[in-house]
Amino acid sequence: MDTTTTAAVRARELRKDFGEGPTRIEVLRGVDFEALLGQLTFLVGPSGCGKTTLISVIAGLLDSSGGEVRLFDQNIERFSATERILFRRKNLGFVYQQYNLLPALTAAENAAVPLLAAGVRRRAAVDLAKSVLLKLGMGNRLDTLPSKLSGGEQQRVALARALVHEPRLILCDEPTAALDHATGESVMELLAENAVHPDRAVIVVTHDTRVFHHADAIAHMDDGRIVKTESRHRNEIEIPEFEDAIPMLA
Amino acid sequence: MNFIALKMLTGDRAKYLGLIFTIAFCTFLLENQTSIFAGVLKRTGSQIADVTDAEIWVMDPKTEYFEQTKALKDTDLTRVRGVEGVQWAVRLFKGSPVARTGDGKFAVSICLGLDDGTLTGAPRKMLLGFWQRLREPDSVVIDKAGYVLLFPGEPLELGRTLELNDHKVTIVGISDPPAPFLSFPVMHTRYSEGVNFVGRERTQLSYVLVKPQPGVKAEELCRRIEAQTGLRARTSEQFQWDCIRYYLKNTGIPVNFGITITIAVIVGVVVAGQTFYLFTVENLKQFGAIKAIGVTNWRLIGMILLQAFTVGLIGFSLGTGMAGQFFDFFSQKIATRGLVLIWQSVALTGATIVFVMIFASILSLRRVLVLEPAVVFRG
Repeated sequence: MDTTTTAAVRARELRKDFGEGPTRIEVLRGVDFEALLGQLTFLVGPSGCGKTTLISVIAGLLDSSGGEVRLFDQNIERFSATERILFRRKNLGFVYQQYNLLPALTAAENAAVPLLAAGVRRRAAVDLAKSVLLKLGMGNRLDTLPSKLSGGEQQRVALARALVHEPRLILCDEPTAALDHATGESVMELLAENAVHPDRAVIVVTHDTRVFHHADAIAHMDDGRIVKTESRHRNEIEIPEFEDAIPMLA
Repeated sequence: MNFIALKMLTGDRAKYLGLIFTIAFCTFLLENQTSIFAGVLKRTGSQIADVTDAEIWVMDPKTEYFEQTKALKDTDLTRVRGVEGVQWAVRLFKGSPVARTGDGKFAVSICLGLDDGTLTGAPRKMLLGFWQRLREPDSVVIDKAGYVLLFPGEPLELGRTLELNDHKVTIVGISDPPAPFLSFPVMHTRYSEGVNFVGRERTQLSYVLVKPQPGVKAEELCRRIEAQTGLRARTSEQFQWDCIRYYLKNTGIPVNFGITITIAVIVGVVVAGQTFYLFTVENLKQFGAIKAIGVTNWRLIGMILLQAFTVGLIGFSLGTGMAGQFFDFFSQKIATRGLVLIWQSVALTGATIVFVMIFASILSLRRVLVLEPAVVFRG
């Protein structure tokens, strides 16, 4: 089987509502979406179109209101709460817009958190995290606290945290939104180089058009639906125009 | 994950120190006030505890506490001696004469007149001289605090004279009995002399001190004495508790201490609880990130309880250390002698701090447990 074309995530008619009665809001209105192993899939669209809700449902952080989402051919919504947590711990990595690093932990300790959560001993976990940080060019900042790191460095630590336990799916929410162009580009390069793997899928939520050339596939989302999907080799994807897309730097 | 919990806790230095200070302050206040409260109440019966020879005190049926005496008839002593099971019974006089020094300084004193023959109830802890010298005419043993009160700034010295109700007496010993409830000098003398130091009444016998025969229980003998004489008989311990109960019921002491203790508990619960709650609320996003990564709710509960236990333990230890230092310092002062940090107070305070931290943890846990891990995706 060619793993590069196997779906890591497959969503069918996925719906998600918030609230009830007259205050009910339909955020996802029947999403069909796929993310393939070995690919860097971008989920793009204007603010409020449901991108973040979609990856929250994919990650099992929110329950869907209808339809189905399968991760590695498993419907995790049928799992018990504990099974879902364990599944997430083993199979998922996260990169957030605001990094969400623990301010009291050093870069290496932050990167080691998923291993510590899985019960790996502290020393072994931190050593492994250091080796990942070294690959991401953070060798000289291993024992630095997040407050002493630049935005790009913090995002690299977050990336190390997402990679350290070798998950099969990495979900990135606006990983470059808080970074300048050069730093964002460098983070995306590191993501593409280190995260993309034949046995892993990477989903990046963004509306930063400057980094679209890194994508293997782009799913365009609008008003709670996937309206268009492009799949091609990296650097060949046409950059779409969104009303609120971050303008390219001159 | 424990080390992450501890690093999260200590990473926010201001809140961490604030929590520790709050708990330490609360601990200090609680241990301080409860120990002083217990010490002050214990003083109400200190003269009873100081009489180690006798086990039973016999008094007028209406006597409720040590200071409240109504003289018994001299024949009551004989009647008590006639009760089966009494090994011996002796008389004790308690009066409050004014003691005056040669240079005119005076103070109301507690005068205990001991049985002339046996000197039962004499102070056993002597700093200077011997209680046996009470057999000398016109002699008294005075406690150190009383001596310092009447002869301020002067060295402890035997042979000095005092005037008690126009009677000149000589100090033949300086004792160190438990501090009385009121800061009056405590003087021991013989019964036959003590009765002359106060205004003469028809009867003078304040108490009869009784020693049961071997094998006779003090409580049982009390019942017999009461049945046969119509007097009130209490064991030393019962009589001390009578005094404590009387002061609890009839004075403002429990209210005053109770207010302070209540304030300490409220301050502890509110400030420590709120600070810990705020600490958790400000770290909600961090907890969300940890939750999203795959940490179970049970593990999060463990992390929060560890944080609470850590600040609770450090704060409690510091507060207990401060209270220990406080009592160590003040136990050497005359006015506060005998007030010590009691283990019951430490245990009670420890239980209160556990309650405070559990309360604070529950507030915090609620927020963390209902937290949607998806919160981490919100910018």
